[in-house]
Amino acid sequence: MSTLSVSSSAARQERPSQVELFTYDEQIVRLFVLATIIWGFVGMLVGVIIALQLPFPEANLGEYLTFGRLRPLHTNAVIFAFAGNAIFAAIYYSTQRLCKARMYSDLMSRIHFWGWQAIIVSAAITLPLGMTTSKEYAELEWPIDIAITLVWLVFAFNFFATLRRRRERHMYVALWFYIATIITVAVLHVGNSLALPVSFMKSYPIYAGVQDALVQWWYGHNAVAFFLTTPFLGLMYYFLPKAANRPVFSYRLSIIHFWSLVFIYIWAGPHHLNYTALPEWATTLGMVFSVMLWMPSWGGMINGLFTLRGAWHKLRDSAVLKMFVVGITFYGMSTFEGPLLSVKSVNALSHYTDWTIGHVHSGALGWNGFMTFGMIYWLVPRLWRTRMWSDKMANTHFWIGTIGILLYVLAMYTSGITQGLMWRAFDEAGRLMYPDFMETVVQIKPMYWVRLIGGTLYLGGVILMMINVWKTIKTAPKRLPDPAFAVPKRASAPSDGEQEVATA
Amino acid sequence: MKRFIKKDGMHRRLEGWPLLFTILVTISILIGGIVEFLPLALVPSTVHKIESVEPFTPLELAGRDIYIREGCNNCHSQMVRPFRHELERYGEYGKPGETVYERPFLWGSKRTGPDLARVGGKYPHLWHVRHMEDPRSTSPNSIMPPYDWLLRKDATLSDLPTKLRTLKALGTPYSQDEIDNAVALAEAQAQEIADEVAAQGGPDGLADKEITALVAFLQRLGTDIQQAPDATTAEAASTKETEDALAAEGDAP
Repeated sequence: MSTLSVSSSAARQERPSQVELFTYDEQIVRLFVLATIIWGFVGMLVGVIIALQLPFPEANLGEYLTFGRLRPLHTNAVIFAFAGNAIFAAIYYSTQRLCKARMYSDLMSRIHFWGWQAIIVSAAITLPLGMTTSKEYAELEWPIDIAITLVWLVFAFNFFATLRRRRERHMYVALWFYIATIITVAVLHVGNSLALPVSFMKSYPIYAGVQDALVQWWYGHNAVAFFLTTPFLGLMYYFLPKAANRPVFSYRLSIIHFWSLVFIYIWAGPHHLNYTALPEWATTLGMVFSVMLWMPSWGGMINGLFTLRGAWHKLRDSAVLKMFVVGITFYGMSTFEGPLLSVKSVNALSHYTDWTIGHVHSGALGWNGFMTFGMIYWLVPRLWRTRMWSDKMANTHFWIGTIGILLYVLAMYTSGITQGLMWRAFDEAGRLMYPDFMETVVQIKPMYWVRLIGGTLYLGGVILMMINVWKTIKTAPKRLPDPAFAVPKRASAPSDGEQEVATA
Repeated sequence: MKRFIKKDGMHRRLEGWPLLFTILVTISILIGGIVEFLPLALVPSTVHKIESVEPFTPLELAGRDIYIREGCNNCHSQMVRPFRHELERYGEYGKPGETVYERPFLWGSKRTGPDLARVGGKYPHLWHVRHMEDPRSTSPNSIMPPYDWLLRKDATLSDLPTKLRTLKALGTPYSQDEIDNAVALAEAQAQEIADEVAAQGGPDGLADKEITALVAFLQRLGTDIQQAPDATTAEAASTKETEDALAAEGDAP
């Protein structure tokens, strides 16, 4: 099945007849890594600002910088700019190696990169201006939605064309997850964004009311599934075995949990609408599938953590592995918590409260954040052909980040459960114990301050990483040629992982 | 099953066929969404029609778009759940039939502030004006941002015919008359609200300001299903309540 044609210019030059040469595009990975770090800082800084605005409303500075306008900017920046650039870095680095082929088109890679950054900038401008559809994580208005679709199609074409040109017969598990990501994100984005424009930056969705709610949470929940879960599992399957120098724990488990995950996740969306006007059969279906989802999710966690069997001692010296382990552990915890929260009787208490906020941040800060940081600390010295400037600083990042997450989620659990219980409390006479909503707000304000401290610590860790990466890059050699490889011309022998034949 | 997942089994062969693999993934991810969405779209009885539920007036629609612009839905839900404590706190729980003209839906996912699905008629217009100008003047300890510019900025009404026409194309039953006269209808409703605000002791000259459109929208919320057969008495009662609430409030800043 493997094709032998070569796209890179290096390979087109005269070469010994039995060998073909090819190179990997590493500059595109460097670009995505740098974008990840910069947007991560911006997105989390906005997060800290809106965390301050809640207990201290004086921090709402005028029309364009209120909580209502900055909150979508925070979520979009963290999901699509920080996590987005991170998964693209992971995909561009690992796909080339897993396929033993350069990306199909350098131009398409650049269109993807710069197009995506332009979309992020347009989001950062339009959201504070109040141009929003109001649909969570799909707030961007229709012209930007079209741009996202086009850039995504370029990315998809480039990816699948690279798959077609691979020199490796079998696709490694990471690639399965990338395929699921690319296909599903396209379907979700287009399906949820269908709208009729009113003007240049205003549109009304083609769905109304109950239907709009169902479609939105089909999208919203699966943005979590196919933007924040499957590509990060792909990332885990590539970078964790590399960093630990161990093969993946179980091939069979990876097959079972991959297919069950991609099939089941899609059904879970309606659990966001428990007890609303959505028909009960739909929310019950969503709940049942959410509970089922626990198992394939833990399949991924188990496959990740068990990959470290016999290598746990390496954690002592490696900030990369420490971050991966904490990231995967948070994945396990939040994918246990998710099914729990989807159960109607639990959801009755947790929904509309900060418990939800705690849940998403254990996923975003713990799983997405730490998997990304681990990947960055592993990639940067390799991409820039040098050593990390300070391992100690990377370790400090790990510790203050972990403490930051714990403070954050514990504050939100406390605040969410407290408020949920106060809303439903009755006195002996059968009247609401706290009829004034404000009482329940005043009660949880201290937790908002604790959350602010946790979030600031986490941001502090990111700042350390920025300094560390900056200093590291400054020690890099001036010229960074793409790594070149030679393979025998009829090298179609299948192998399980990456086997670099020769380095130039 | 074992044949499928063992080393060098069928799945191993599938890993060599990206096209088939991609097709199988696509089928897997489409099934759930189709099964959940199609009944809702194709079976009309999943959303029971409620006769008294009508489309938003042009001014309310303008106000709704301001609500969206300011991101109010980030902190306020518009969906009361069928629990006793929610019914006591907010009122009647949300019905599917109430939502048929909601494009987009604004049910929200977080109550940093209270639910607003039944807020219509709960407070006098003036309360909303003061609350937006300075939330802590009406609600001490509130953590809501002030929205004082809504009292200064002129509401954009000129695009209302286009908005109504777009919504009509999507199925909202606006008449041609309403579309043609959308601006005049909005201005008339705005004048009514502004006069009432002035009569309640509030600032003059808010008729063309954004705040008036937002108030029109907020006062509409949840009122459609209260249109009982004796709607006039209900309305009279709510006006009475409004006056009482204002009297009780006294000279709030």
